[in-house]
Amino acid sequence: MFPFNFEWVWDTAHIIFMGGLWYAISILGAGMAYVIVKAAMDTMNDKGESHH
Amino acid sequence: MIQDKKAHKFGMVIDLDKCTGCGSCMVSCMSENNVPFKEDESRKKDSITWMRVYKLTNGKSFPDTQVVYMPRPCQHCSGKGGHGHSPCVSVCPATATDYGYDTGIVSQIYTRCFGCRYCMGACPYHARYFNWWDPKWPEGMENYLSPNVSPRMRGVVEKCSFCYHRYQLAREKAYGEGRDGIEESEYQTACTTACPAGAIVFGDLNDPSHMVHQIVKPDPHPDPMNKYVVDKSRNPKVFRLLERLGTNTKIYYLSEREWVRKAGDNYLDGEWDKVKNHHGSSSHE
Amino acid sequence: MDSALIPEGADRCSFPKFAIGISIVGAVALWGVYAMFLCWFKGLNQTNMNDYYGFALWIWADLAVIAVGGGAFFTGLLKYIFKVDELKNIINFAVIIGFICYSSALLILAIDIGQPLRGWFIFWHANVHSMLTEVAFCLSCYFAVLTIEFIPNILENRQANKVPFFHHLAHNMHGVMAIFAATGAFLSFFHQGSLGGVAGVMYGRPFAVREGLLIWPWTFFLFTWSAAAFGPCFTLMVTKITEVITGKKLVKDNVVHLLAKISGWMITTYIIAKIIDTIYWAMVTAPSLGFKMSHFYTNNSFYGYWILVTEIVICGVLPGFLLLNKSTRENPTTRLIAIVLGVIGVCLNRWVMVLQIMAVPVMSFDTWALYIPSWQEVATTVLPVAYGIILIAITYRYLPVFPQERELNQPRVDQ
Repeated sequence: MFPFNFEWVWDTAHIIFMGGLWYAISILGAGMAYVIVKAAMDTMNDKGESHH
Repeated sequence: MIQDKKAHKFGMVIDLDKCTGCGSCMVSCMSENNVPFKEDESRKKDSITWMRVYKLTNGKSFPDTQVVYMPRPCQHCSGKGGHGHSPCVSVCPATATDYGYDTGIVSQIYTRCFGCRYCMGACPYHARYFNWWDPKWPEGMENYLSPNVSPRMRGVVEKCSFCYHRYQLAREKAYGEGRDGIEESEYQTACTTACPAGAIVFGDLNDPSHMVHQIVKPDPHPDPMNKYVVDKSRNPKVFRLLERLGTNTKIYYLSEREWVRKAGDNYLDGEWDKVKNHHGSSSHE
Repeated sequence: MDSALIPEGADRCSFPKFAIGISIVGAVALWGVYAMFLCWFKGLNQTNMNDYYGFALWIWADLAVIAVGGGAFFTGLLKYIFKVDELKNIINFAVIIGFICYSSALLILAIDIGQPLRGWFIFWHANVHSMLTEVAFCLSCYFAVLTIEFIPNILENRQANKVPFFHHLAHNMHGVMAIFAATGAFLSFFHQGSLGGVAGVMYGRPFAVREGLLIWPWTFFLFTWSAAAFGPCFTLMVTKITEVITGKKLVKDNVVHLLAKISGWMITTYIIAKIIDTIYWAMVTAPSLGFKMSHFYTNNSFYGYWILVTEIVICGVLPGFLLLNKSTRENPTTRLIAIVLGVIGVCLNRWVMVLQIMAVPVMSFDTWALYIPSWQEVATTVLPVAYGIILIAITYRYLPVFPQERELNQPRVDQ
């Protein structure tokens, strides 16, 4: 799974397979991080507006 | 990977005409390799027998009945084209079974296997066994366990290792004595040494001085009838189990009897007569 | 009692009635949980599996729930990527069904492995050449996608939605759902396929092995295609069951007809490919290894040609035809027959591609291996069904799962 695992080899199979996996994980992670941060900002903006 | 200067290809040839079906190979294998007992040994389909002796008959009635006993260890397949992608090695998700390119031995790493049993499904020889139960030995029998072989825990797959620990010991001894390689007699599996009929011959298929090579005469070229088959025997009396699948096993069987050789594989009607005299690409040279 | 949690304007049964229903199904689930713990603590000797039969009943259940759970990814793909907007009325439910199926599949895998505590080795020590590794990776990632797709629906619960952060989170997640759905479709394509690959690459098993394209045997593509084809059948079937139990219409007919039509096209194209694959395997692949087709369907007490005919003709060709033809598609009875047959068909296909493979003798002196599952296996296989019913009941009660429910169930004045 990681380059430091001893069975890891920098060959085409590992690059394609693990590349696909980490790509998918990155998209999911980044997507969730984005919506959570945006939701937090939206919530703060709401509170800001309610003060006025 | 430990790479020898010249790769070995350990294999076996079993003379089925000599085998009496006594079961010594099975017993010696179990004791050598710390194969555990289970409480109820009557259920044979979940008993562990790295070496199992099958009984085959020619299907004819008395007085023409003939019986042959066929010892079946792990076949140590080198896979399609002999590239090391054995049916089991290529499917194991956790790299818990591996093909040794330096020895031709298919290993099993017990502490890494998590028991998915995909390898068992992939093996057509039923050579792989699952530890359905906790390993148990009757009281006092733990004392005879071999210190060179690790016992296995419940929930993992195990199988014949060609007594790999004996290979390690032989190599260590040779290294200690300043020798480069090991002699044929220095590395022999438990079943080979236990067989009272001398039906099992074990050695390096790559080494022309070894008896196994001389009997099998493996053909280095791919079989012209099936490009996936390599190392087909050029000896007309020698065959392998399910050779047509392209598993390229390293266990060869020897028999004078045609029906025994035919039983080694599956043939469509009339097919056997066409192929029975085909013994590798250079067999007619 | 729990009326504050029930979606506004929705009519639900009384809480005691709901609680009684849940506890009956819950008792079945507890039975399954007990069997599950037996397997974990005492080991797989609790099953009737053996060294001839290393894959068993629940692995079939595992493949079957993944196949029928394919409705989630395919509906998501159609809705978010191909912009088939009507499907927004059934997508929530498709996602919930998918979530149930995939969580069940992961649970079954956790019970199935001999050393459950080492399950993470499949990731850590991954053998990238194994189809099962691909299954594990894509299955886990896709389960994460389904969870992400499920979350906004949970946050739309009447009380949860009052929390400003949850309200915004649900809104923002809807905004980027297309990206998640696309990732889900990508992952689904590979794990559905690699489940097919699991069988197709077993070249020691002539009943399973298939030729293919590059590293992928034909079963890879057939499995993906069949999951996309029959998954929507399962979504429609569960929707129908929910409608019958609740006594309400929950999804408009035009949505059902559309999904049924798409499914009909997918089933028909799939079954043509499957027939070609079967003929090629029977005429070329198996004979080249020394096997006649009859070898796989005779000389045993269970597996006959009936299973092939049932899978391909009765549960493949027939539902495909019924769903393609407008009049049978729009007739509720024939449509129901078609979707039920479709679900049976894909489950039967998974059965054949797991259990029959193990049963067929390969060595010439081998015999058929048949086995009867132990009660522990049956209980753990029933567990996902009970769990699914409970989760659907809870989500239906407390979440706005069906956007058309209110419109379709306006209280009439004369009542």
